[in-house]
Amino acid sequence: MSRRFRRRISRTRRGTYALRLPGPERELLANLVGQLRELLELTTDDPIVRRLFPTAYHEDPNRDREYQQLARDDLLERRLAALDTVEATATAGELDEEQLSGWLTALNDLRLVLGTRLDVSEESAAIDEDDPDAPAMAVYGYLGFLLDEVVSALAEDLPPPTEPEM
Amino acid sequence: MAGPSVAPVEVDEPVDDTRTEPDAPWIVLVWNDPINLMSYVAFVLQKLFGYPKDKADRLMMQVHTEGRAVVANGPRETCELHVFRLHEHGLWATMQHDT
Repeated sequence: MSRRFRRRISRTRRGTYALRLPGPERELLANLVGQLRELLELTTDDPIVRRLFPTAYHEDPNRDREYQQLARDDLLERRLAALDTVEATATAGELDEEQLSGWLTALNDLRLVLGTRLDVSEESAAIDEDDPDAPAMAVYGYLGFLLDEVVSALAEDLPPPTEPEM
Repeated sequence: MAGPSVAPVEVDEPVDDTRTEPDAPWIVLVWNDPINLMSYVAFVLQKLFGYPKDKADRLMMQVHTEGRAVVANGPRETCELHVFRLHEHGLWATMQHDT
């Protein structure tokens, strides 16, 4: 069975990753990354952005407050660094593993925020094309498609399993 | 979780992920959410915990079908680091005493 579409992200023999994205997709991603940066720099308490800073101790609010105080700045810093990476490499033809890991984080964060805003469910039905959310839903679908390609490419390079005791 | 995803290789082997050692009183749970891709969740479990693909897929499917799965256990500090790294990857992870 032949692939109908050439993969947009694939591992090269040099151990890097080829990034074959059409120009409009690169522009879209740069635009989305800029929007997410603005949101994150504004607040981390907005209900939609909160999805990126989850509860750790769901049975213990006091401990969770401590965790949030310790973790939130680090989580924010790492998310912004991933957005930096995508912005810096938005027009690149090739990425190294660290850069592609930044793409992984940024693409997933974008999906999480957009999916939360669209209130998607497991059984999200096909959306009517006249629905005002249809364009955003198409972007959401595109991000999932691209993220899946990043996951496939990075999965090829996972170190051998260590399987620690559960 | 949402597709697309690779079908898990083994889903029907005995699940003993809730077993914990006496010196490991905390457990880390990953909860189902409608946004994270199944392929992404399995990949993150492989990457963070060094699990083989079949085990990561099985845990991912457990999250998907049962709503949650225990993905790690250990002392509090270790579990908190696991939770942080899972949060870094956008997964809904929490921790609690294993009582």
